[in-house]
Amino acid sequence: MAGEDKKQQPFDSKAASSLVAELRGAFASGTTRSYQWRESQLRGLLRMTDEHEQDIVAALRSDLGKPELESVLYEAAMLRNSCKFALKELQRWMMPEKVKTSLTTFPSSAEIVSEPLGVVLIISAWNYPYLLSLDPVVGAIAAGNAVVLKPSEIAPATSALLAKLLGEYMDSSSIRVVEGAVPETTALLEQKWDKIFYTGNGRVGRIVMAAAAKHLTPVVLELGGKSPVVVDSGINLQIACRRIIVGKWGNNNGQACIASDYIITTKDLAPKLVDVLKNELETFYGKNPLESKDLSRIVNSDHFTRLTKLLDEDKVSKKVVYGGERDPTKLQIAPTILLDVPRDSLIMNEEIFGPLLPILTVDKLEESFDIINSGAKPLAAYIFTNDKKLKEHFVNNVSAGGLVVNDTTVHLAVHALPFGGVGESGIGAYHGKFSFDAFSHKKAVVYRSFMGDAAIRYPPYTNGKLRLMKALLGGSILGILRALFGRS
Amino acid sequence: METRGDFEVQLEGMREYYRGGNTRGASWRKSQLRGLGRLLEEREAEMNAALEFDLGKHPVESYRDEIGSLIKSVNYALGCLKGWMSAEKAKLPLAAVLTTAEIIPEPLGLVLIISSWNFPFGLSLEPLIGALAAGNVVVLKPSEVAPRCSSLLANVLPAYLDPKAVKVVEGGPTISEQLVQQKWDKILFTGSARVGRMVMAAAANHLTPVTLELGGKCPAVLDSLSNSWVREVAVQRILGSKFSACAGQACIAIDYVLVETKFSSTLLELMKAWISKMLGENPRESRSMARIVNKNHFFRLKTLLEDPNVKASIVYGGSMDENSLFIEPTILLDPPLESGLMQDEIFGPLLPIITLKKIEDSINFINSRPKPLAIYVFTHNDSLRKRMVAETSSGSVTFNDAMVQYVADTLPFGGIGESGMGNYHGKFSFDTFSHHKAVVRRSFLVDFWFRFPPWNDHKLQLFRSMYLFDYLGVLLTVLGLKKSKQD
Repeated sequence: MAGEDKKQQPFDSKAASSLVAELRGAFASGTTRSYQWRESQLRGLLRMTDEHEQDIVAALRSDLGKPELESVLYEAAMLRNSCKFALKELQRWMMPEKVKTSLTTFPSSAEIVSEPLGVVLIISAWNYPYLLSLDPVVGAIAAGNAVVLKPSEIAPATSALLAKLLGEYMDSSSIRVVEGAVPETTALLEQKWDKIFYTGNGRVGRIVMAAAAKHLTPVVLELGGKSPVVVDSGINLQIACRRIIVGKWGNNNGQACIASDYIITTKDLAPKLVDVLKNELETFYGKNPLESKDLSRIVNSDHFTRLTKLLDEDKVSKKVVYGGERDPTKLQIAPTILLDVPRDSLIMNEEIFGPLLPILTVDKLEESFDIINSGAKPLAAYIFTNDKKLKEHFVNNVSAGGLVVNDTTVHLAVHALPFGGVGESGIGAYHGKFSFDAFSHKKAVVYRSFMGDAAIRYPPYTNGKLRLMKALLGGSILGILRALFGRS
Repeated sequence: METRGDFEVQLEGMREYYRGGNTRGASWRKSQLRGLGRLLEEREAEMNAALEFDLGKHPVESYRDEIGSLIKSVNYALGCLKGWMSAEKAKLPLAAVLTTAEIIPEPLGLVLIISSWNFPFGLSLEPLIGALAAGNVVVLKPSEVAPRCSSLLANVLPAYLDPKAVKVVEGGPTISEQLVQQKWDKILFTGSARVGRMVMAAAANHLTPVTLELGGKCPAVLDSLSNSWVREVAVQRILGSKFSACAGQACIAIDYVLVETKFSSTLLELMKAWISKMLGENPRESRSMARIVNKNHFFRLKTLLEDPNVKASIVYGGSMDENSLFIEPTILLDPPLESGLMQDEIFGPLLPIITLKKIEDSINFINSRPKPLAIYVFTHNDSLRKRMVAETSSGSVTFNDAMVQYVADTLPFGGIGESGMGNYHGKFSFDTFSHHKAVVRRSFLVDFWFRFPPWNDHKLQLFRSMYLFDYLGVLLTVLGLKKSKQD
């Protein structure tokens, strides 16, 4: 197979250009447009995930030290559900949507037809390397596109597994994987795509969008930010803490775009909150969390160094109230809580993406909204409260990709909700039908009769025509009758 | 002239105003929309005068294409606003007990609208309707190429709208360049693909989402039609869409016509007859046709016709008057396809007729060129209709007419590929200036104890069943009656 030779040669601009040309040919042939093709490819992804679950778990363990349960649930099962949902809904999604037409275009009928964009590029991330590669692919296939997937090189075992499995299970005339790092990604970004879907950070997101601008390519950018958790008093603190813990350390050890980044709570509640967090953390991960098998490790030494730098900054190192242990040989950092970190510290000025949880304290909880809104809009924001007014104030005034009240991260699993950011946390959304829409062009189609208003719209212009036109655009039957009979 | 510093202070003031929540309530939004409605009613005469000055438009054309259409859109937005603003409930699986999910639209914040010169009121205010309905604060940059219209907007908008929330910035390319370098929460740009690229590149620096309404060469495919009456209606609609809408200077004007060779002479005769019927003997005087906007564009069009092979293909019209910036309605038969006329968007009253052996060949013809904003097809043939929709790609397809898609509130108006990205009109305007925020509310009461570590096979099995929505499986596993897969 040509696959082996291709690995030897560098994937440069020329290779990228001929890849795109090949896929354009495949797309132009109409292969990817039929329901049968889309359905067969989605079933292929499903079978692939079912039949190779253990390989996926092993690759994720190699790349991230991810516990089996997280791999099975948050990557394999979620991807399966995505496929199943798309398979269930595909026929409905593909149908044109009839729309009402009004007097202004009478007589006519109209519909909105979803058509594939063409050849799309999906660039994935390293923290949920299986899911974040294939979930967008589900949308792209459901919408009838040809796809090039570029998995993250920072999760090399999963990248290689994806290249191998997609080659075996998918129609390689229209679905391809390109492995590699910056040079390969740059070569890909130079090409003209019909859509680019990128998951990652804001710095690279800007590079992707700038490259897309050259070709007027629309983009979806799934980025990140500092997702805050506001914790009120008068709640079941134990449940809240469990939910915060599982949403943070139970999600790739905090290396997740929607993991709780930091907590804001009142000065009064903070000590109790810290106590409960400590208790629950010990229940979950034991007295020696560096040894726990239920925590992913830090992905690589770059990120390990980055995180220890955040921890060891002078203004912050004495604020550690729990954890702080680290093991460079295992690339592991224990779940760590910090209390009352200064707002201008490093840890409060970049997305943490790791097992460190700073707590900011305020006098009144309402101040938390100003703190959140003074920063960049995050991908998610969370609040734990039973206070109805506070809930509504939070929901109506905090802007983020998505919000959850009394839990964290669960909105990810709801197909009916768009998953995406706003401002610095991203552009566009996906999941469920939003994935299909993200990779579709919504084409307006109008069917007009030859009967109708031919004359009044066009010159020669007369006052009579103007009156009739005003009446038609105004939509009033009486007005139209008046105009027709020469009065106004 | 404001300095850059002044300007940035103004923008910060607008952001402050937005953050104060002043633009969020339905009553504020309605007051803005009503303000626009009043403006359109009260200032119709001045708007007509400005359009006549800048473009030589007749008041009926101005009403049909801009003022009337805007009135319709304002009323539509007022009628729909409550529905648009309300949260949309999202369906949840049964397992999600005591949980609710909804999608709440919220404004993006400070948005920039850059408009074009050919429909200077329509292309400024139609997006403005959406931006205000969605609760944003707005900077509007009308085109300097239609200066009277631009200054009218700058003068009257503050009287009808909240001046803290809506500002008009006038100026040329330098001002536009400075504007796009700022940090916006959204930019909606109408104009050329060349400038569209620059706008998107600038937006990329701030991760600002953009809607780009660009152009292209919109083809009209004219199939054989059953009888002479229908043919005449088709010809009127084609001629009207080319010559009577800003003299062909419109992104959705018919750029060229595709017809079978055997019908070309009939078509030509019909066109010649109807042009004089519709536009009269002196279209410049009767203002049944707008003029060319400025010398730049006049010479651009003149140059297109100077190519000797193009000149030779002129079968009607062709005369031009530099003083009045007027170009006669001009028809060309089979000009060379490599000519500038057939490569670039014409944006003027020059109508090429391209003949084909079979009308079906129009599909390949269209597909071998960049995706246009609109495709128009005049046909009775059902299978040609289906093929056109399925095998070509464009912002929109309209059958048996042209340009009417612009006034349909229920259809997305936007391009694809070189003709643009994103869309607006009706609810699509509201959506394009909104963030659709996902909101999930959970109860403290119910949780699945197996949600939390430490992990074991038992918990894994529960999750497997859970994710398959296999409630019986969950029950059996909890009761210890079902073993995990590994056992």
